[in-house]
Amino acid sequence: MAAGLTFPALRDPAATGRLGALLVLAVLLWPLLVWTEFKPWELLDARSLKSTGKFLSSFVPARHDAEFLTLMAKETWRTVAIATAGLSLAFVLAVPLALLSTARLSISSLTGRMAAWPYGLRQAARWLAIVLRSVPELVWALIFVRVVGLGPTSGVIAIAIAYGGMLGKVYAEILEAGDAAPTQALLRNGAGRLQAFFYATLPQCGSELVSYTVYRWECAIRSSVVLGFVGAGGLGQQLDTAAKMFSGGEVSTILIIFMGLVALADRLSAWLRKALG
Amino acid sequence: MSLKPRFTSTVMARGRCKACWVTSGILLVILLSFWSLNLQWREFLAPDAMLKMGQFLMGFFPPETSPAFLAKTWTALLETLAMSALGTLLAALGGLMLALPASKTHADDSARAKPVVRLVLNALRSVPELVWASLLLIAAGLGPFPGTLALALHTTGVLGRLFAESIENAAPGPAFALRVRGVGEMRIFLYATLPQIWPQVISYTLYRWENNIRAAAVLGVVGAGGLGQMLSYHLGLFQMRETSTVLIGMIALVALVDGLSYVSRRWLDR
Repeated sequence: MAAGLTFPALRDPAATGRLGALLVLAVLLWPLLVWTEFKPWELLDARSLKSTGKFLSSFVPARHDAEFLTLMAKETWRTVAIATAGLSLAFVLAVPLALLSTARLSISSLTGRMAAWPYGLRQAARWLAIVLRSVPELVWALIFVRVVGLGPTSGVIAIAIAYGGMLGKVYAEILEAGDAAPTQALLRNGAGRLQAFFYATLPQCGSELVSYTVYRWECAIRSSVVLGFVGAGGLGQQLDTAAKMFSGGEVSTILIIFMGLVALADRLSAWLRKALG
Repeated sequence: MSLKPRFTSTVMARGRCKACWVTSGILLVILLSFWSLNLQWREFLAPDAMLKMGQFLMGFFPPETSPAFLAKTWTALLETLAMSALGTLLAALGGLMLALPASKTHADDSARAKPVVRLVLNALRSVPELVWASLLLIAAGLGPFPGTLALALHTTGVLGRLFAESIENAAPGPAFALRVRGVGEMRIFLYATLPQIWPQVISYTLYRWENNIRAAAVLGVVGAGGLGQMLSYHLGLFQMRETSTVLIGMIALVALVDGLSYVSRRWLDR
């Protein structure tokens, strides 16, 4: 190390400030530690260490008999299918929401301010999207599991609703971000709203809409695994059961499959975005 | 490869056909998904199911507002906030520590640990918080502590990768100036690289905190503390009015975070 550099004149001029900031941070940190019952030493007491050790050592070897792997293949497809079906329903929900809420297709706002009724309708559609989106999909799934019972239906509906709101809101934002001139030119010349949308707005931001949708499909796969934990079927449900039965071999197989699935979805969505964009 | 102009139209047609193949593939996957799941639409859309659903939803009103229960919900809300804040803080520290070995800091850096550490970061990142929480419950028992750790583990993966990228993208000049004078790697990082990437570190961390508040709210569903745990407890007992209060708390928290982030982004973009 550079011993020659440590004369007293070269002390850190900001040292007091940094020390003070750290001290303030420590004081602020204290209540957080209390509220979260942050007791890492409990992880290290003999009993907990023993059960953790037993669980972790059962991770190897990962269970790989044919029967289990067939079940896993089926559940993996199910996870993908829940995400895909949920996202396609979300798309069906999002398109009318976006078309209703985007200010780009307003005819009254071509000549001054938007009229009161259309403005109210657009705000209502926008707020509907925000409300649908602001309840997490896991909560939607919890509620629907109570109504329709365990199984993929509640997972599909949960993804459809939460993602429908999200897509609707973002689609409307994307439509409004583009250049307004072509759409307005068509509207001013007497084209209908849908004509203006298909011939002026959509060609401009089509690729952006597609790439966002594909990205959301990737997210939907991740959340469809999570939804399994509340009983919506698929890999998540298997993982939940395996963890509750302390069968580490099964847990590690499922985790490996899941990581593979996420990586694959990542690749596929990058490729799709390139192919369709 | 140079193409004569008269071929461009066929090339374009081929390009278009790639898009139509991809589209029909996607449609096929969608159809297969619906077909293989055999969804119970009948049970969901039948009149008596609708009625049941209506009754179920009516049970949410009016929300439970006794002071004792409100106080309990408030505590759970604070617990959720504390979980997300501490989880994010731990993740920022962990991410910074892993980001240094995960990046090639200068041309002569052998970066031997880089592939291994990147793999660890990817593994941490690809497992969702909720899955981490359900696994950590075995080691740490029920309560907010495993939830905090779960948030920290997942977020470490995310932040570690982002930080590593900022370290690699930092201007090499200051670090080089210290390195040629024989300053140790640790001090180079602290005095040359860290000050450069600090704004990014802060903004990434705040962004993840925002995400983590949302995640912490539902994390409790598997038993990891906060509002989620209360929600799944009361919903499990069909105490709909209590559930409704917890839901309102959850939505208010998420909406508040969304609103604050929107306002602050507007303010920063100005």
